[in-house]
Amino acid sequence: MITNLLSWTQYLPALFSGVGVALALTGIVIVLGFFLGLLLAYGSVSKVRLVKAVALVVVEVGRGAPLLVLLYIVYQGLPQFQLTPTAFASAVIAFTWSAGAYSAEVIRTSIDAVPNGQSEAAIVVGMNRVDSFRFIIAPQAIRVGIPPLMNIAIQFFQFTSLAYAITVPEIMQAAYFQATVTFDYFSVFLAAAFLYASITIPTTMLVSRLERHLAKHL
Amino acid sequence: MLGVAGYIALGIGATLLITASAFTVGGILALPLALAQRSRFVLLRIFVRVVVNVVRAVPPLVWLFLVFFGFSELGLRMSPLAAAIATFSVIAMSYFAEIYRAGLSALNRGQEEASAALGMSTIDSYRFIVVPQVFRVVGPMMATYGIGLLKDSALASTIGVVELTFRAGSQAQQTGQGLTVFAIVGLIYLLLSLPLAIVSRHVDSRLRARFSVA
Repeated sequence: MITNLLSWTQYLPALFSGVGVALALTGIVIVLGFFLGLLLAYGSVSKVRLVKAVALVVVEVGRGAPLLVLLYIVYQGLPQFQLTPTAFASAVIAFTWSAGAYSAEVIRTSIDAVPNGQSEAAIVVGMNRVDSFRFIIAPQAIRVGIPPLMNIAIQFFQFTSLAYAITVPEIMQAAYFQATVTFDYFSVFLAAAFLYASITIPTTMLVSRLERHLAKHL
Repeated sequence: MLGVAGYIALGIGATLLITASAFTVGGILALPLALAQRSRFVLLRIFVRVVVNVVRAVPPLVWLFLVFFGFSELGLRMSPLAAAIATFSVIAMSYFAEIYRAGLSALNRGQEEASAALGMSTIDSYRFIVVPQVFRVVGPMMATYGIGLLKDSALASTIGVVELTFRAGSQAQQTGQGLTVFAIVGLIYLLLSLPLAIVSRHVDSRLRARFSVA
């Protein structure tokens, strides 16, 4: 009975290679997405109307269209211009677009969360705008922004499963292959679910602990 | 191009059907879960917390495949549409349970104590005191989740539900113009989420005006 109940665990090793790909994809996307987010956040408050409009459109489409559609736009759309990125590169581009859009919102609201008096006080004591941002605003905004940014990272680890649809060899691709070979669909996908949960649940708990910790210093 | 757009747009019905069904079923199923999280019985509370957290810890695509391919292997065969609605309903249930919980915990405990002190029954207290105040917090969050659900419904295309994304995929294959086709479908999703976003903002401001206590 017990061996029967645990038979799905035999499929875990076959999925490990997918975990590596999923984590690599998440890591790359989170770093690139953060920098794109900074650019977009900066652009969306720009005084140049064209820059502002472009930033807003990129953010709205990045957040408003399904990630799966963004993936297809890049993977099946770029070949229309004789550009054929690999599946992995396509996933990086599409996910970075989306992660950048979400990060931009977090970055913007984190900066907004710092009371106006802080930057006014910084200017009164003679700081220039750059110094006031660097020494006064940014350190406080980071405390607000880190937990939501880490939640975005966890979200995107889950989103990497979508890259299955464009043949990136991540966890679901490996699982689907195993399932079609063994016909043991239920057990294989259960193993995949277990892998995702075993990474997502501990990291989520860590983030909420960190959030409580940082909240004490606000 | 209009023909392509028209062909894709025929998928709006299936997309909205999945979204609206999952939203409704999930929203109803989440009610007992939210109440169970405030139960006196520790085991019940723990059980609900585990269910809610595990469902949300696994990507929707994995649940979808587990339900559609996995359950049919176990003998429970479902059409792609039924599998998609069932899966997204359970996922929505978990998110709504969390949203309700957040709404309930935002409510000052004194409100319930006061209604009890006034001699209201538990049901009346929920109906006239708790729910109207909680809805103000919860309404906009539900609308936001509804938009997320609309986007997630695109995953149903991977198990063969002929909705917006599926139709776009087949058009992209036929015309070889992936960018145009998927840009169109992206735009359709944006347009569909617009009313929900407006409703959310409207409900939020109207309720804030009515209950200007907080």
